[in-house]
Amino acid sequence: MEQLSPIEFPVGKGSNTSIHKAGMRWGEFVIKIWLQVCALISLVTTAAVVVLLLVESVKFFKVVSPLEFFFGTRWVPLLEPSSFGVLPLLWGTMLITIGAAVIALPMGLACAIYLSEYASDKIRAWVKPTLELLAGIPTIVYGYFALTFVTPLLKTFIPNIQVFNALSGAIVVGIMILPMIATLSDNALRAVPISLRQAAYALGATSYEVTTKVVVPAGLSGVMASYLLAISRAIGETMAVTIASGQTPNLSLSMLESIQTMTAYIVQISLGDTPAGSVGYQTLFAVATMLFLITLVLNIISQWILSRFREVYD
Amino acid sequence: MSTMENADLVNDRKKILQPAVLDLKEVSVLYSGKAAVKKVSCQILRNRITAIIGPSGCGKSTLLRSLNRMNDFVDGVTIEGEILFADQNLYGIEVDPVQVRRRIGMVFQKPNPFPKSIYNNIAWGPSINGYTGSMDELVERSLSQAALWDEVKDRLQESALNLSGGQQQRLCIARALAMEPQVLLMDEPCSALDPISTSRIEDLLFELKTHYTIVIVTHNMQQAARISDYTAFMEMGIMIEFGETDQIFTRPNIKRTEEYVTGRFG
Repeated sequence: MEQLSPIEFPVGKGSNTSIHKAGMRWGEFVIKIWLQVCALISLVTTAAVVVLLLVESVKFFKVVSPLEFFFGTRWVPLLEPSSFGVLPLLWGTMLITIGAAVIALPMGLACAIYLSEYASDKIRAWVKPTLELLAGIPTIVYGYFALTFVTPLLKTFIPNIQVFNALSGAIVVGIMILPMIATLSDNALRAVPISLRQAAYALGATSYEVTTKVVVPAGLSGVMASYLLAISRAIGETMAVTIASGQTPNLSLSMLESIQTMTAYIVQISLGDTPAGSVGYQTLFAVATMLFLITLVLNIISQWILSRFREVYD
Repeated sequence: MSTMENADLVNDRKKILQPAVLDLKEVSVLYSGKAAVKKVSCQILRNRITAIIGPSGCGKSTLLRSLNRMNDFVDGVTIEGEILFADQNLYGIEVDPVQVRRRIGMVFQKPNPFPKSIYNNIAWGPSINGYTGSMDELVERSLSQAALWDEVKDRLQESALNLSGGQQQRLCIARALAMEPQVLLMDEPCSALDPISTSRIEDLLFELKTHYTIVIVTHNMQQAARISDYTAFMEMGIMIEFGETDQIFTRPNIKRTEEYVTGRFG
């Protein structure tokens, strides 16, 4: 029988069998350093903001007792006799946030349900980008929209409403956070597997039952996370409420009066001629720290909810 | 003709012919005008297991889904012909698809329990449909019928997602049985399961047919031969042959059927 010659492979032939590094890949090295620098810049910035806020807040609390700050009901930081009770500012922010939430949470979920369960692909392709466009409008435009359109409109129904009022601010902030809730909740509902919907339909469920009893409960954690993110956005919202709702710290229950939110107060001090280093100036940091902590906690909670949500259908 | 074959024939004639639960008359299913199922006519008989076999993409799942209007959710589907259920056309304009699905249940290829407790998976369907009897009894009965009760009776409040794949599929069967359907449609119910779970479900189907009418789609021919009373062979949307399972597997009338069941193609 004829001998078969061994098959020859070109790879591995010859004398160069070294698998050691040939040398530094410089391009790769430079890019890696550059990317690390970019990541570092954002980290350093965040850290610097936190340190600055804390250092200045500590100085503030050396002059003003935390008891007065957290439980005082009068906010008169710049005039004598001064008083540093932050509650009126906190309440102003809460009025705006609650008002916006009352408008945007149910409407946002309704939008999301419509988009994920009822809209045809064609309608969805139009509605979703339009909603997202709402999120791209500069917030100062919302402020003027509130002042020059929403408030006059409200005045036709409620004649005694003030020019600056919490209600119109809450309405435009509600409109502002609506797309965020609709988009994020829509994503959450669409992540619910089709097979669950089929299971429910095959048991003789109507579309309404499938939506309310299967899809929304299964996507609930994602919806809740979108709520929390939207609320933290409403709390941090600045320009629209500064323009629409005024500069009057106010502990009133009425949404028809002028109020001041924490963010609007920060704008006021930042623009004004309060001397650096004075107690009035340091209030800026105390209020900002509080704002930062509130939104931070809300964001952490929503991240936690979202990460739990991801595990469900792995 | 040998005596044995003769005896077989006599036996066949003696079989009590059950009434038809579903009567398909020239049924075509079209996706955006393209026919996936072409002019299928056959009868699904009561308390019998009917298997639909055929190569992938032959339209067997599409046909099955048209039997309880699950195709309604696919865009661009149209149905031609008639499917009679208790003398009513399933696709008549006065028919409510929700009512159809309450009477004709379905078990899917991949187990799809709700992310709820075992108990609530069973109770969900009856409760939305206004069941007024004892829910505990219904849950126990349904789980027993699906041969799952002994395994889960001590942990009914645990999430159904903690069950194994085979248990989840039996839970899905129990969930469908809790609706006390007149017909149970099964779309390759064992294709995602291991051999042991598969044989448990096959045993289960055998017991279930005394109470239920079952239509099962499978690409596993041995399974069809083992469990079904009637077999339909489909290819490219056409029902090539329909008959008693013994006959389809041992004496098919059509060459294509013989080639398929003997494994010469497909």
